[in-house]
Amino acid sequence: MTEVGRARRRKEDARLLTGRTRWTDNLQQPGTLHVMFLRSPIAHARIARVDVSAARGLPGVVAAFGGQDFAEEQGSLPCAWPVSDDIVIPDHPPMAVSEVRYVGEAVACVVATDRYRAADALEAIEVDYEPLPAVLDMHDALTEGSPKVHDAGNQAFSVKITSGDLEGAFRDAPVVIDRTFIQQRLIPSAMEPRAVMAATDGDTFTLWSSTQIPHVLRVMLAVVTGIPEHKLRVIAPDVGGGFGSKLQVTAEEVLCLLLTRRLGRPVKWTESRSEGNLTVHHGRDQIQHVRLAAEADGRIRGLQVDLLADMGAYLMLVTPGVPMLGASMFNAIYKMDAYEFACTGVFTTKMPTDAYRGAGRPEATYAIERIMDELAAELGVDPLEVRRRNWIRHEEFPYTTISGLTYDSGNYEAATDRAIALFGYDKLRAEQADRRDRGDAVQLGIGVSTYTEMCGLAPSRLLGMAKYGAGGWEHGSVRMLPTGKVEVITGTSPHGQGHVTAWSQIAADALGVPFEDVSVIHGDTAIAPKGMDTYGSRSLVVGGVAVLKACEKVRDKARTLAAHVLECSPDDLEFAEGAFKVRGTEAQRTIQELAYAAFTAHDLPDGVEPRLDSDATFDPDNYSFPHGTHLCAVEVDTETGMAKIRSYVAVDDVGKVVNPLIVEGQVHGGIAQGVAQALFEEAVYDAEGNLLTATMADYLLPSAADLPTFVTDRTETPATSNPLGVKGVGEAGTIASTPAVVNAVVDALRPHGIHDVQMPCTPERVWRALEGARR
Amino acid sequence: MIPAQFDYVRPASLAEACRALASDEDAKVLAGGQSLLPLLRLRLAYPSALVDVARLPELAGVHDRGDHVFVGAMATHDEVLRSGVVNADCPLLSLAVATVADPAVRHRGTVGGSLAHADPAGDLPAVVLALDGVFVARSEEGEREIPAAEFFVDYWESALRPGEILVGVKIPKLGPGWGFHYEKFHRTAQSWAIVGVAAAVRRFRPARSNGAIQEARIGLTNMGATPVRARAVEAALRGVELGEQVRQACEEADDGTTPPADLHAQPDYRRHLARVLTHRAVLAAAGSP
Repeated sequence: MTEVGRARRRKEDARLLTGRTRWTDNLQQPGTLHVMFLRSPIAHARIARVDVSAARGLPGVVAAFGGQDFAEEQGSLPCAWPVSDDIVIPDHPPMAVSEVRYVGEAVACVVATDRYRAADALEAIEVDYEPLPAVLDMHDALTEGSPKVHDAGNQAFSVKITSGDLEGAFRDAPVVIDRTFIQQRLIPSAMEPRAVMAATDGDTFTLWSSTQIPHVLRVMLAVVTGIPEHKLRVIAPDVGGGFGSKLQVTAEEVLCLLLTRRLGRPVKWTESRSEGNLTVHHGRDQIQHVRLAAEADGRIRGLQVDLLADMGAYLMLVTPGVPMLGASMFNAIYKMDAYEFACTGVFTTKMPTDAYRGAGRPEATYAIERIMDELAAELGVDPLEVRRRNWIRHEEFPYTTISGLTYDSGNYEAATDRAIALFGYDKLRAEQADRRDRGDAVQLGIGVSTYTEMCGLAPSRLLGMAKYGAGGWEHGSVRMLPTGKVEVITGTSPHGQGHVTAWSQIAADALGVPFEDVSVIHGDTAIAPKGMDTYGSRSLVVGGVAVLKACEKVRDKARTLAAHVLECSPDDLEFAEGAFKVRGTEAQRTIQELAYAAFTAHDLPDGVEPRLDSDATFDPDNYSFPHGTHLCAVEVDTETGMAKIRSYVAVDDVGKVVNPLIVEGQVHGGIAQGVAQALFEEAVYDAEGNLLTATMADYLLPSAADLPTFVTDRTETPATSNPLGVKGVGEAGTIASTPAVVNAVVDALRPHGIHDVQMPCTPERVWRALEGARR
Repeated sequence: MIPAQFDYVRPASLAEACRALASDEDAKVLAGGQSLLPLLRLRLAYPSALVDVARLPELAGVHDRGDHVFVGAMATHDEVLRSGVVNADCPLLSLAVATVADPAVRHRGTVGGSLAHADPAGDLPAVVLALDGVFVARSEEGEREIPAAEFFVDYWESALRPGEILVGVKIPKLGPGWGFHYEKFHRTAQSWAIVGVAAAVRRFRPARSNGAIQEARIGLTNMGATPVRARAVEAALRGVELGEQVRQACEEADDGTTPPADLHAQPDYRRHLARVLTHRAVLAAAGSP
């Protein structure tokens, strides 16, 4: 039996669950000082004065600084994705110097012998602010005469991409659906808050950070701080979740490095949850104007998308790229003749937005899947039938879509048929009709989401064309140790995904060694020097394949060595169960024996170097396109407005599955996070730009108690763009589930003449929609 | 999320605790810490000292005192949930306690701490109000009793005087024939009630009058600066048979309330919820589906 495909329990978990972990905050360096930041309580203001002198005099305080103290050396936080020629990338000082532009922006810091003294000293810092008008609404921000976030104005960029004859598609179209959807602002809530530690020996620097991207971070920190790259080591120890929020180069990382350089002592910073709600980059926040033209039978003629995307106050690492990741995905699994995507990035005086689980693709999927349900309602056709009339049939793959992507494989029919069967679709529709007839106070709604997404980021060539500042390759290296054990070094940087387990399974199969004999090393630029890190459901699709390729090179070398030792041609050898056998004889060498022979190097063929090891880089030539069908039944209490999920079926096609248990976990967590956007979470700023949802009492995260049992299943249509046939699963659940849930809520309310409910569909919003309809 | 410096005092007796509290007007009583510690960590409160009363024997346990149940201020939510006498004689309390946050909070949080915090969004104040509980407070001046109707003064403000420690609360036993229900409306299991309704309903025995409602007591959570008794509903329900009249009676649930506006609900929605949820709570307490 192969390891790939087995539901192996994760190697990581015993250690994680028993607390034997190395979170950044747990790490200790002798003489470590503790950093705390004073943060702006005002959304927009000129800084007239920062006085840290009183703080400097307090017991235990080693240093205190305002932004001015680092003005010359702190540089500007980077934006690596200038999506258009007209983009405006404002200067982004890690610590504000002359102006603050969102509540939570760092204006000063204290370095003390412990956190308690640092916290006390923050209260002794005096800052005089001269308030400026907050800029909060995107439409208002773009009007003439609006107060400006930056001198260059409030528009960050504007792009428009058109394919096909859009005007023709809408001219005389029998059906036109026109909708505006709001993607509310969300706060990524990783279980481990951010933490940074920095130390120097006077020559070299080490930065530990709860980050998803140690490799990218090293490059960027070298550029920002001027510390030469070869003098800087970045380590991501155990990292407790990210969801995109730790795909960032943060002010705190830069400043900890600068503080250790200035003070010559190790420094550490760990955020509190409420500090994190203010200053972890936020997600989503778009206004989506979507128009769809269709024939009378529901076949789509054209789709027009016009987005306003809230950048917040600055452009961070990939802020402007997030809406662009959806640019080619609004057309989704559907065939059409014309498509236009337009997007304007807008500055506001709020925390910057950036990647959050799905990044651009949940937004696109939500808009298209919502409007497909609207089309179905308009035509009086079942929402699944409308999709069937439009989707790419499985025999049509590979298929180049209207937006120019080539989907390599997929089978929407199979996933949908399976989901319908598991869900009991017809029975639930019958119950829905019955409740409607009876005028039951609790109405039933059924929501559909036949999603696809684009992941496995990504082909370097395509990223270059999209103006992304880096490539999308990944690196793996494999070394067989003298005793036959295996070390895999990966450039991915897991923070909960289970790479150690999955990579072990891949290596065990490729090398014919036991699963237990493989260890996986990651997250340290000195030990795993090459990598592009973990985000965008890329790790398995790119990094896992790189590991496979490195293993194959090791195996090839072992074959050469085996042929030499067994005195035969390499072609006479067959490799099975970890041994090379001479065909038709009993003569064989195990790969472990060969590893030892390669270590002693007593008898190597000419030109063969000692040790069985190799490395490989994989750069795919296409994205991967997971897809699936999610069906959701929601009960809406029309008296209170409460929407409760009654049943949820997810049939995902993520290609070949390496570890079903890990896939299951990703799907469950992903659905939970998508449901959270549909029903629970929203970052709310008041009219002055204060974040009202700074604590978990106000920003509602659903827990297991608030979610139903998910029924999950899979179809398996292998990707053709990589040798493992894998597609990636990190974001699929989140992308799929949000529209499934909201479609269900709207479906329940449709007999009342309600055609949309803004997310999150809170009881009050549903009740107000019903009240409006009753009037 | 780091509190300012404070002294920590753990007295061995209630008398010693009263002395400690009286000697320092900026001292605060620490019970289970589920409300106070977040306030300290957010630096919304700067007490000079915390007087930890969690282990005082005088404040411990749940006791059957004949005509009433005495719930010691330091009985945890979990203790109440598992208390035989509470479940037998004032089950409304355990019905409400079961909805408080999560098991971790219920193991640390105390009934007395929750009541003395006087948060109108808390679940227990409305229950004790509905059951006409009596608060027992102690200070260096001695012990006094405060009826529930006088205990809750304003948002996070009780009738406890400076230097006074809540010892416990007496919950009268209502006797046979009563049914109970706590209807909590909240968006996630761990979040505060948007509105909650504590209902105790006694019906005439069917033989006499078709099972009409003889008496009802209704307390509302989060419908104003304090928990509120829905007196108009209580009056309107008297003698009413289960049916349309009950619904009509419950239309008065928001009478005299001043519900707050926050992220989760505007006042008009809270008023609407109070009416709907009161109806549901009364029916459930009356034993009707």
